[in-house]
This record gives sequence, C-alpha cells and structure tokens, in this order.
Amino acid sequence: MRVNFTVNGRQQEADDVWEGESLLYVLRERMGLPGSKNACEQGECGSCTVRLDGVPVCSCLVAAGQVEGRDVVTVEGLADFARQRAQHGGCASGACGDDAGKAGTSLQDAQQWQSKPSDSQTGEGDELSPIQQAFIDAGAVQCGFCTPGLLVAADEMLEHNPSPTDADIREALSGNLCRCTGYEKIMDAVRLAAARQSEAV
Amino acid sequence: MGTTGTPTNITQGSKTKGGIGESTLRPDGTLKVTGEFAYSSDMWHEDMLWGQILRSTVAHAEIVSIDTSEALAQSGVYAVLTYDDLPTAVKNYGLEIQDTPVLAHGKVRHHGEPVAIVAADHPETARRAAAKIKVEYRELPVITDEASATAPDAILIHENRDDHHIGHVPHPNIVHRQPIIRGNADEAAERADFVVKGEYTFGMQDQAFLGPESGLAVPSEDGGVELYVATQWLHSDLKQIAPVLGLPEDKVRMTLSGVGGAFGGREDLSMQIHACLLALRTGKPVKIVYNRFESFFGHVHRHPAKLYYEHGATKDGKLTHMKCKIVLDGGAYASASPAVVGNASSLAVGPYVVEDVDIEAIALYSNNPPCGAMRGFGAVQACFAYEAQMDKLADKVGMDRVAFRQLNAMEQGTLLPTGQPVDSPAPVAELLRRVKAMPMPPERQWESSEGSDVRQLPGGLSNTTHGEGVVRGVGYAVGIKNVGFSEGFDDYSTARVRMEVIGGEPVATVHTAMAEVGQGGVTVHAQIARTELGVAQVTIHPADTQVGSAGSTSASRQTYVTGGAVKNSCEAVREQVLEIGRRKFGTYHPAWATAELLLEGGKVVTDGGEVLADLADVLEGEAVDVELEWRHRPTVAFDLVTGQGNGHVQYSFAAHRAVVEVDTELGLVKVIELACAQDVGKALNPLSVIGQIQGGTTQGLGVAVMEEIIVDPKTAKVRNPSFTDYLIPTILDTPTIPVDVLELADDHAPYGLRGIGEAPTLSSTPAVLAAIRNATGLELNRTPVRPEHLTGTGPA
Repeated sequence: MRVNFTVNGRQQEADDVWEGESLLYVLRERMGLPGSKNACEQGECGSCTVRLDGVPVCSCLVAAGQVEGRDVVTVEGLADFARQRAQHGGCASGACGDDAGKAGTSLQDAQQWQSKPSDSQTGEGDELSPIQQAFIDAGAVQCGFCTPGLLVAADEMLEHNPSPTDADIREALSGNLCRCTGYEKIMDAVRLAAARQSEAV
Repeated sequence: MGTTGTPTNITQGSKTKGGIGESTLRPDGTLKVTGEFAYSSDMWHEDMLWGQILRSTVAHAEIVSIDTSEALAQSGVYAVLTYDDLPTAVKNYGLEIQDTPVLAHGKVRHHGEPVAIVAADHPETARRAAAKIKVEYRELPVITDEASATAPDAILIHENRDDHHIGHVPHPNIVHRQPIIRGNADEAAERADFVVKGEYTFGMQDQAFLGPESGLAVPSEDGGVELYVATQWLHSDLKQIAPVLGLPEDKVRMTLSGVGGAFGGREDLSMQIHACLLALRTGKPVKIVYNRFESFFGHVHRHPAKLYYEHGATKDGKLTHMKCKIVLDGGAYASASPAVVGNASSLAVGPYVVEDVDIEAIALYSNNPPCGAMRGFGAVQACFAYEAQMDKLADKVGMDRVAFRQLNAMEQGTLLPTGQPVDSPAPVAELLRRVKAMPMPPERQWESSEGSDVRQLPGGLSNTTHGEGVVRGVGYAVGIKNVGFSEGFDDYSTARVRMEVIGGEPVATVHTAMAEVGQGGVTVHAQIARTELGVAQVTIHPADTQVGSAGSTSASRQTYVTGGAVKNSCEAVREQVLEIGRRKFGTYHPAWATAELLLEGGKVVTDGGEVLADLADVLEGEAVDVELEWRHRPTVAFDLVTGQGNGHVQYSFAAHRAVVEVDTELGLVKVIELACAQDVGKALNPLSVIGQIQGGTTQGLGVAVMEEIIVDPKTAKVRNPSFTDYLIPTILDTPTIPVDVLELADDHAPYGLRGIGEAPTLSSTPAVLAAIRNATGLELNRTPVRPEHLTGTGPA
C-alpha cells in the first residue's frame, strides 16, 4: 500500500508498505530518520516515542497504514517543533498557560507548525530545544539510546505541565526505560528545562 | 551513496575548555539529543541485505537433520548457511576457551543457540525464510544445576575438553574451580562465640542494554570485510572473527558504531561473524539487528549463583573466620566464567579483615543460558551473601550493624585472602559513616499539605494502599570490587595522539580503539588531552582497529587504562613539541633549556608562568604523532591450590543505605531512597562519576526487587525473554540517589583515579535486601525478592 503523511512538517509518501510494517520501520528504514530507536519493538521501553497528531505514541506499535493523512514529529524535528511552539506564544499547542489542565495537543495545533526549509544533517550550529539542551547540560545522556524517546515524552509533558512536581515527571516518563543513568540526571534535566522555561516567560 | 551512519571525528572546541576534574559535557551529546548519532542498528548501505539467525527451540539436543531447501527457494533470499558452510577449520570462538560454535554442529547445548543464518533483501523476508528451515532434534536430558552437572553419570556438556582448566577441575562439567585457603578456618572457628551459616540464591540478571546487538558487514574489494559494530572490545572481537573467516586480521577492518549500552553483555561476540559470513558469501553488505526477544538469547547474562557461607565472630564483635562455597552457573559455554570464578573467590570475604578463610568457587557447564560478564563480575553475587551474613552476625553479637562492619572493615595494608596487600586507601569504615550520616527521607513521605500522593507509595497508581500496612525499613551494605583485568592478564591499552595546527589553532587528535558504550570515555580523553597539551580543541577519532588495542570497556578499567594510555601518549607528544620548540626558539630564551616547561592555554610556559611561545608557532609546518602502549603494574595468577597471589590491580569501594517502604499485605516494595558513598580516587569528570554511581546503583536495585531471567528447570528454556516479562527499573521504581563522593588518591594510578563503574552495583542489592528484611522481619536469602516471598503465598 501507499501511505501519505507528514513527518516533521514535511509531506512524505511511502510506497510498497507491507501490511505488518510499523511506523517505526517506515521512519527508520524508509525516511532516513533513525533517531527513533528500536530497543524493544513491543511498546515497553518508549525509545521509539514520536508524536502522532501531537500525542506521544510508541511508533513501534503504530501500523504504518494508521498514519495516513496524519502528522508525525520525531526527535529529528523536535528543535524545530519547539522553536515554532515558542513563536506561537510559548505554546504551539495552546495546551499550556490558561489551559494548563488540558492534556495532549489538538490536531489543529499540532499541524500549525512547519519545518524550516534547510536540511540539516548534523544538527551542528542549530539551536537545540530547551529539553535537548537540558539533557546535555544535566548529564542525562550516557549511551543515549533512550534519549530520543525521553526527549519527545518530556517535551510533551512540559508543553502541558510547565511546572511539574517530581512525581509528575516520574509519572509522565514512566513509559521510557533508561538503563544507564538511574534516571536521576534525567529528573535534573527535566527540572532544568522547566526552570529555564519559566524564567524565559 | 555509500554507507550511512559511518562514525566520523567528533571535535569539541571552544565551548568547553575543561581539563580533568571539570564536569565538561559529552562531545557526542548534541548528536545524541538530535537523533543524529549513528548507532550500530542505524547503519545503512545501498544494496544491503538483512541477516537473520535461526536459533534452537530446545536446550539440549542432537541435531538429526537440517533442511534449508524451502528457505533457499524463497524469493529475495540470497544465502542460507549452516555449520557445513563454514569456510575454515576454525569453527568455534570464545573469550578465553574457544568452545562456542559459530553455528551448531551436531548438537545444541542451550535454548536459542544459533543453528543457521539467512540473508535476504528485506528483514521480514529473512525472518520468514529462517522460519522455513526445518531442523530435526533428538532431545537429550538437560543439566540445570550443580547436582545434575556433577552426577557421576552426567552427560558431558562438552566432550573432549582440552582447555587449560580441565586438569584441575573435579568434573568435566565444571569450567573452573578456584580455592583460596589462608590461615586455618577450622581452628579459628573454635574461637568463635557466634557462628552464622547461610545459603543464598542469586537470580540470573540480564544486562538489558537498550541498543540491541546489531551491525553492518561490507565486503571489500581485496576479499576482506569491513565491520561496523557495537562492541566492548574491538581487538578481542577481531581475534575471534578473523580465524573463522579465514582472513588475516588486517583484512577484517572493524569500526565501532554507536553503542547503546553494554554492561558486560557485549564482551562476547553476537552477530559479528554471522554478518561477515553472509557478506562474504553474497558479496553484498549485510546488516543484522536483533530484536529484544533475540537479544535475550544473543548475549550472556550474569551468573546465577548458590552461595553457602559460614562466618564466626567473638562476643566483642571481631570476625574469627569465614568458609564459603560459591557455585556459579556458567551455562552452556565458558564465556568469561573462569575470570568470574577468580573474582568471586578472591573477593568472597568482602571489604573485611578475616585472617582465616576457606573459600571455594566454581562455575558449572549446564544447559542453561550461557553466562559471562556483567557489571560487578562475580563480586556482585558474593557481596549479596556476605552482607546478609554481616547483618545476621551483628544481630547475634548484639551490635549495631554498621558499627559491626566498621569494627571489621579492611583498611590500607589489610591482606586479602589471596595474601595480596591492599596498598592504596581503603576507606570502608569512612564510607559507611558517610552514608549513615546522610539525612533520612521524612517518615510518611507520601503525605504533604495537599494530602497523600499514591504515586509515592508501594503499588503507586494502582492505588492499593494509602499507607495502611506500609512499613519502613533501612539497610546498609558495603562492597569491594577489583579494577582492571586480574590474574596475570596483560591488560594494556594503546593511544595515538596527534598534535598539529589547523586554521591557526593548535589541535590535538586522540585516536584509540576504546569502545565508548555510554560511560563517557570520550569526554575524559578530551579532558586529559586538554590538561596535558594545553589545547582547547580536541578531536576524538572514531574507534577502530587501525590503532592498537585499548582492551575492553569493562572491569571499571577504561578511564584507568586507556585514560592512562592517552595521558602517556600526550606526555610523549609534549616532549616532542618541546623538542621542536627548543629547536626553533631555544636560542631566544634561556628558559627553554633550563626550566620545567608546560603546555597551557595554547602556549609553552615555564613552571613560573612565563610564556615562551605560542603552540601555533611551534607547530607551524610540523605535526607530532605518537602511538604508544601503556600498562598498569603487572599481576599474577592465583595459585590453583591455595589461591595465593597478587592477582588484582586496584580496588573500588562503595557503600549504600537503602530506605524502603513495604506494603506487607501485598508484598509490594517501594525503594524510597538509595544513598551511596563511594571513593573514586580522583573524579576526572564529577558529573559523569555521579552518573555512573547512580546508574550502577539502579542496576543493583533491579536485581534486588524485579530482574530475573526465569529458566524452566525441566526444559532449560527461557520463559521471559521480553521487556514485558523481564522487568527493569522504570523512573517510578527508582528512588532519589544522593551520592557522596570521596577522593582519596591511589598513588599507583593516573591522577590517583579509581575505576568506578562497578562498585555501586555491588552494595546496592544487599542494602535493599537488608532494608526489606528490616521492614518485614523475614530472612530473605534469595534475590530478587518477589511479592510472594514477602506474603508467604508462593514458592521461595
């Protein structure tokens, strides 16, 4: 089958998709976007977390056919996504600020942003999103294999809960396994990103 | 377009100028947070095929027949290989004993053993083709424990053993046996006022690194192969791969791809030879990526163990003697079992003074999954047992458990059971004091002014308690781990360091074969180069086999040994740079000839701080390039009868205090806090040091309360090869881990540092167990603890 969908703001088309193919496979093997990771491929580890119409999902559990006409954000698009969100009044989704109680992101909000035209291969020189920079600064990256999924999940949490308690952070990231860090530096990174975000407002 | 995901130089420049002792940031950090960092499973090559391994469905069987015809007939299949297709007489590999078949020959010895391999143009085609290979097995009885392995009529797991351990083991199904006898434990036992005996069981733990085994083999025009792979030791892989392929080592060019964690599980080969065989057979690049299910079969695990301990103490609390037998199950192939036996036996008394000991450790051959290296390596199992013993003895003597440990703690100068003196600081009592002095988390921590937060209670959002039936417990433990490869191993490393001027700036390039598996070795190498060479800009060359061996990224050794090698090569580069400086500028200033000269801030300076020249000017038109091997002081093998010998390089100590809350009705445990105090000698990168301690602590927590590979004792088949059934700690299971870092220099080591990665994995587990015992009053002689052990509703 053929699947048309948007990845990181760009229209994409995948041909000859077989019926058992996952969104994760399409991203990694067809789109050249291996940032979403293949650690368990059964929805237990969260390393493949992407946003599907704004909602964080394990892309290994999403059949490729299900994304027809929908909008996907991966770790490769996270910096852009966060930048555009910031340009939309600090909250691209409209789910934060006065609507702080609302979880997730509406489809309309998620589709508001567009990727920038240039195609960066390395990310060098590009500005990182606040959560990406915080992960580096706090020492939350060791082997880094869980990092992309955690970044997508943490960024989504901070979008609708800009001042999370520790228990909130743990709950929101409980679907993402990390084997290296013992999570303490990940907690630090999310706290740091939240603090920097609130300073910036 | 050729290969994508090929590692390239990582240059870390002006943003971070830190030398050693600073928390500089990872040079690969940006790549890792943007998703651009190329892990071994991200490699891609045009025209590449996908490899798939067919694994045995039974644990112990003769192979009657293998029929590959249907698989070969599948459209899109390029090759199906079995044992008969192996190109040379070398058909086995192994870290120490070459007992592991590349593909099964006549017999399979454990569940999940590779039997055949397939290459196809799509991963699903390869999987389906592998499923069409017909293997007929004639099942054999399975050996699953010490009794069945050493029975007089036991089937031999390996017939015709000719390895160097067969001469001293009491049974061919024992891989290696190491006794350690010092003093006279029987006589000393007569002085004991209290004797405690215990039998302990340690479950099989998995490394559960997140990046599955994977890699890409690309055939090259000269008949060789290029292999991009995630491993812990490139040169060890190379030594095992090349003979099976029938290629000289220089025709197998290995490059390290991004490694998604290791923890010992990548010391042994996994898909390396299989990918190379398929690539050489088909003439096409072949990529193999395990999924999680296969990963559980594709690497060795931590040895499960039975430990039998006896300790005695006088009524004033002094240890009199210790006797123990440690039985490690090595599974079907030897892997690192002999070295694990050496560690378990030589560290069996822990960080305590016991002059009269009688120790025996063995590793079995069985039909259980092969076991080998995992963080802590033999010392973990022993620590679980001796720390349980310490609590029991302290209680019998009537002493505070921490005070009892402090009274018996080893210190600098103490002799190990092997007779080796501990000749660097051993602050065991001090670490216990520090960890005990940390503030306690508040009682009823789940309550706040806003009410109860069930997320902070056992059971969490399952909402199984609001505090009823919840009991707190506190436990302490301390451990000792050796650093580096022991027992006479030539544990060297190699570093190539180049210094030149690029764009008007002095730049150092560090090239080693060290496997960066997440530990931050690349960060530290750049720091060392900055400190030694006074440059801001350091380039880390990808790790490959074009430079000499760096040894393994294991045994807490890389910062010590490859860090030492980088330091040593930098010093040699510095001498050459100064030599050039003297040649070019020596006549301009007498200090060139007389003063102690340093490289700092891109300049040559005297030890008094006077600037003699810019490095950019000294190196104008010249480059200095040095590749040197570096060794720590040698060790010797343990005597096979007495266990005596200076077998270890260095020691690492950590202590933990665990605070747990247990829902005693449901048997649910929540670890509230897991505080650690560790001596690190010198923290080259404090942020990374704390990250290592917290990560190691959490792996110890995992095997205390949840992690265990369950092997069916009737069939020796693995019952939980998935992250659904094999649980590792999530962020909800993991508590706050406050860390107190002590820095007492070891004068034998570069910068006084200690290898740090493993020690926190040792004491974490027994501390959690002690806390659960403290909360419940149960004896709990096995780990991991499951709810039924706490409620008395299930088998032990």
